[in-house]
Amino acid sequence: MASAREEILARIRNAKVPAAPQVVRGYNRKGPGGVEMFAERVADYRAIVHTVSGVPEALAPLKGKRIVAPQGVPQEWLIDGVTWLHEPLSIEDLDRADGVLTGCAVAIADTGTIVLDGGEAQGRRALTLLPDYHLCVVRADQIAASVPEALERLESTRPLTFISGPSATSDIELNRVEGVHGPRTLEVLIVT
Amino acid sequence: MARNPVTWLGSPTFPKAAHKALADTQLRQNLRKATGTIRARRAAAVIEMNDWEQLRVAGEQIKDDVLARLDTLLVQLEESVTARGGVVHWARDAAEANQIVLDLCREENANEVVKVKSMATAEIGLNEALEAGGVHAIETDLAELIVQLGDDRPSHILVPAIHRNRSEIREIFQRRMGVEVSDEPADLAEAARVYLRQKFLTTKVAVSGANFAVADTGSIVVLESEGNGRMCLTLPETLITVMGIEKLVPTWQDLEVFLQLLPRSSTAERMNPYTSVWTGVTPGDGPQKFHLVLIDNGRTATLEDSIGRQALRCIRCSACLNVCPVYERTGGQSYGSVYPGPIGAILTPQLVGDMHDPQAASLPYASSLCGACFEVCPVRIDIPSVLTHLRAEVVEAKGRTAESIAMAAAAWMFREASRYEKAQKAGALARFLARDGRITSLPWPGSKWTSSRDVPAPSAESFRSWWRKNRG
Ligand code: SF4
Repeated sequence: MASAREEILARIRNAKVPAAPQVVRGYNRKGPGGVEMFAERVADYRAIVHTVSGVPEALAPLKGKRIVAPQGVPQEWLIDGVTWLHEPLSIEDLDRADGVLTGCAVAIADTGTIVLDGGEAQGRRALTLLPDYHLCVVRADQIAASVPEALERLESTRPLTFISGPSATSDIELNRVEGVHGPRTLEVLIVT
Repeated sequence: MARNPVTWLGSPTFPKAAHKALADTQLRQNLRKATGTIRARRAAAVIEMNDWEQLRVAGEQIKDDVLARLDTLLVQLEESVTARGGVVHWARDAAEANQIVLDLCREENANEVVKVKSMATAEIGLNEALEAGGVHAIETDLAELIVQLGDDRPSHILVPAIHRNRSEIREIFQRRMGVEVSDEPADLAEAARVYLRQKFLTTKVAVSGANFAVADTGSIVVLESEGNGRMCLTLPETLITVMGIEKLVPTWQDLEVFLQLLPRSSTAERMNPYTSVWTGVTPGDGPQKFHLVLIDNGRTATLEDSIGRQALRCIRCSACLNVCPVYERTGGQSYGSVYPGPIGAILTPQLVGDMHDPQAASLPYASSLCGACFEVCPVRIDIPSVLTHLRAEVVEAKGRTAESIAMAAAAWMFREASRYEKAQKAGALARFLARDGRITSLPWPGSKWTSSRDVPAPSAESFRSWWRKNRG
């Protein structure tokens, strides 16, 4: 008896689907972009957005809290008065933390999205998932105008998380409600 | 061959089920409210894009290319996933897929798995199969959880509990979670958060579906809102992803089209809160064992039909459900399948692949052919044409039965307002829409189509008059 794999592939070939014409990419691959549009659209998801010129000064509200700091977070972000939690961290440690501070890989102005790729200052995916508060620092030059531009900048084989606002659901009468399993508060610092 | 669980065993034909649903005013109210909200929001999210049509065309073309090169692309996907430490399995049908997943759970000694909402696993009846094998599947998507705790069936692709309003959800949660909770959506969401938290932190195996799989990189993509997906895709040690063989895109670049089309079409957002992308296994981050189960379950048979195969372009956004006057009125459960609404009417009978099955054969008639579904479909599936084509197949398989003639006549009449209104004025409507669900005679112009008597009525209230009354 043929394996499932062989049988499925044979059935597909047997269907003799004619070749498709060349894909026409007539849509916009670029967009106006910019810090302002990004800030506006992140805020539309009820995330908290600030545009700042320096990171450390903006971190004062974290004082007195237990905040996860992934590997690669710049030394100057690790201000005094905050209990910084560094890897290795267990699931329980993460669950008990007050929040997490990260950078990002790319951001998208058109959709108000930040993308994490597990690189510098982002850490593995669990770090930004279990704490109930996520503070993400976005540099102006990391903001891509459009989805196509953002994908071009990303390395597809890294574990990626696209984040557009805090955790939400539309499952009750199709109305959006913020705050389910992911961080209930998302705060974005745009550094210009 | 075993029956395809894409339809629920013992479901009545669409007209019979719809007739019953029509009597449920609560259901109709819940649906009207929910679909009304989402329709308006989707329109706003789409109007914002001046290149929406170009995106739709590209979406259609990319998916057609996938169908044309499906064998090559699947082999390519298998190679790229394997190269990154994943294991690929192939399943001809639901039973084979369920067995693969059950065996994998047993290998991990798991008697419980957490699940991310997935149409593919719902289609193959995975939860029931796992349960029979001693493995309990916990649905973690809020709407799936509502359905699971309510011992209910899904009625919508995206929001399976769309037929439930907040007070019904509250009742289910209080009864099954043993907690006091108000009917405020935020409180209900909080109750789900608390209920599932420990499960996420301790369960070793997760099962997911996939929105897209990128053939050339092996990357799998899941879009979600709540973060339950991220929990399942990140915390467990083993991840099993079940996907239909048509869920491919050829390249990473192709995703730029679908990541724009899907969120706006389904939840009417510029972007859904969370999208996860992973490629095989990443050391030190997320599950260290990854299995990808590719299922056919009627898809290759669908591929053979030159008109019907476009149903395989579907990205499960549910926009066609939300605009459908028939769906809004009858609810999703009337379709007797996890795929309701316009897409269900064309996909389900093709996956079943047997036009002698009376329930599946009744589905292509669950439409007035108004065309709203085609207009909103982000991958431009010409649902009305496929419906007409499948109706012809039903007739070919079964001959012109009284039932098919009546349903076709009714559908034809609902299509044009003028036709319908004339029939109404002729005063024959009451007879046509007999209370007990039987047609005693068709009014003009339907009367021209048949002289046969006593065939099941498609519905109790005209779609048209209901539509006008409720939507005007
Ligand atoms: S058929 Fe089109 S509109 Fe309907 S769910 Fe599929 S992609 Fe969406």
